[in-house]
Amino acid sequence: MSETIHSTEAHAEHPGYGTFIKVWVALLILTGALVGVSHLGQTYAVWGLLTLTPLKAGLVFYFFMHLKYEGPLLKIVVLVTLGTLLIFFALLFSDVAFH
Amino acid sequence: MTTHAATAQPQPSYLVDTGSRKGLMAWLTTTDHKRIGVLYLYSMIAFFLVGMGIGFVMRLVQLTSFQHLITAQTYNALFTVHGVIMIFLFVIPGLPAIFGNFFLPILIGAKDVAFPRLNLASWYFFMAGAILAVLSLFTGGGAPDTGWSFYAPFSLKTGTNVSLAVFAAFILGFSSMLTGINFITTIHRLRAPGMKWFRMPLMCWALYSTSWIQLLATPIVAITLVLVILERFFGIGIFDPAKGGDPLLYQHLFWIYSHPAVYIMILPAMGAITEIIPTFAKRTIFGYGAIAFSSMAIAGVGSLVWAHHMFTSGMSSVANMVFSLLTMIVAVPSAIKVFNWVATLYKGSIDFQPPLLFALTFIFLFAIGGLTGVMQGALAINVHIHDTYFIVGHFHYVMFGGTGMGLFAALLYWFPKMFGKMYSKKAIYASWFPMFIGFNMLYFGMLILGMMGMPRRYYVHLPQFHTMHVVATVGSWFLVLGLLMFFGALLYALFKGGKAEDNPWGGVTLEWTIPSPPPLENFETIPTITHGPYHFEQESK
Repeated sequence: MSETIHSTEAHAEHPGYGTFIKVWVALLILTGALVGVSHLGQTYAVWGLLTLTPLKAGLVFYFFMHLKYEGPLLKIVVLVTLGTLLIFFALLFSDVAFH
Repeated sequence: MTTHAATAQPQPSYLVDTGSRKGLMAWLTTTDHKRIGVLYLYSMIAFFLVGMGIGFVMRLVQLTSFQHLITAQTYNALFTVHGVIMIFLFVIPGLPAIFGNFFLPILIGAKDVAFPRLNLASWYFFMAGAILAVLSLFTGGGAPDTGWSFYAPFSLKTGTNVSLAVFAAFILGFSSMLTGINFITTIHRLRAPGMKWFRMPLMCWALYSTSWIQLLATPIVAITLVLVILERFFGIGIFDPAKGGDPLLYQHLFWIYSHPAVYIMILPAMGAITEIIPTFAKRTIFGYGAIAFSSMAIAGVGSLVWAHHMFTSGMSSVANMVFSLLTMIVAVPSAIKVFNWVATLYKGSIDFQPPLLFALTFIFLFAIGGLTGVMQGALAINVHIHDTYFIVGHFHYVMFGGTGMGLFAALLYWFPKMFGKMYSKKAIYASWFPMFIGFNMLYFGMLILGMMGMPRRYYVHLPQFHTMHVVATVGSWFLVLGLLMFFGALLYALFKGGKAEDNPWGGVTLEWTIPSPPPLENFETIPTITHGPYHFEQESK
């Protein structure tokens, strides 16, 4: 029981409000970009959603949900989950893309 | 196998109420993993008997002289409810919830699961889901008539009580996820000193891989079912083609969970069989690593084959080919297991006892189920037999012949440990004969009917199918007789059975080193593990 998933030492490294505000501003800019891209047509809107939304979610995970400060085990679990999701998407597109 | 420190006072059995609460309240508020396992056992056997009764009536209706018993609409409700009860309330949670809860901590040398209160909460979620599922039969527009798969767009349009049934399945999903996360954490964090990953009994590997599927796949169906409810109430148009939705998307999302769910059902049964065979062959398992990795491979590859349920639903031909190939691949790790079980028996000192009989029955019936599954993975054959009785026959060979017989084998194997009582072996052998004969008459009959072209879920049938329907229905009578004899023998043993020894089968895994029934905290002292799980003395001499 010596290693724990939530390490108290790691939480001591939390940044100040400055970092959080910068991330928040970045999220606002990305949201604006997404809205802008969606006006360029359906194809752009879909690709915008597929690329910018995961980026936004990643920022939220990494900073606001403290993934950055977690141990490798939790990061691996998140990566396994994301990898699984990507494989599901890829297999789903083997149907959708060839309709 | 292990070293123990001696202590003076033996602990009371887990069946004895030691806390402030007594009787029923002590059971309903327990956080002991063994009691929770027993709670699941009793509830699931009750659901199984209800599901069995419905199946019995459905077969009876196929004898035309009994068709006046129910209407066609009731028949639709019956096959839906039979599927929902058997799949969501018995086969999916069956082995992990009963034997995983009871034996996982013991097998790895722990006192309990990692989150005991969450464990009890999982059982309450399970019961809440079960009650809602039963309520859905008698409220709203009546029992759902969609089949257990709730396919859109029919499930969006039907006036029957689909919303409540779907919500029940959503709640049951939470029970499954919470159990999964509990087992994963338990295996990672609570193994006894010296219990390295490759010293764990293979049942633990089976439960571990199952838990990952529960954790990763169940949320997908949970969200999908919520979307069905939203679509029914607010018409949001995700799946309804009339509103621009895609009904194929529903099938994809449903099977992304529900195919891996088949492996949630079968993997723990395979784990139990892997425990039983070395014990009665009195030798170590053949290919420990291969079996452990094949469990993980089945969990991994089995999660990627879902669309083989959709070959005739209008998917792209590229997807058809991709999923057909993947389906063939998943047969490999399953075959590895069967090979290793048989190889373990080869040159073993076989002690033929009821658990081994049911384990061998599992292998035989699962092999038929698996091979008919490979047949369906081939695209051309699939087009011919899709939505026929062949599918029903195959599914029952895998789920009943596989998971069901595996569960019965596990129950016979661990019953003396769980309750400290021994059943009549003669009564169990006597129950096996009608069960086995009836099973094959019923489900092999269905395979033949499917090849002849009999569609599934039909209330009536053409005259050319009648003879085989009679054979299958008579088989169902034998099967039900055998099942009643089986449960009767165990129920009798529970109340009147003789005292079981601590190790009646000569097993060598940790559960056989503790008293029957086990004490409250399993071990007086946590054991230290010094070697692998199947270390038989006579072999090492």
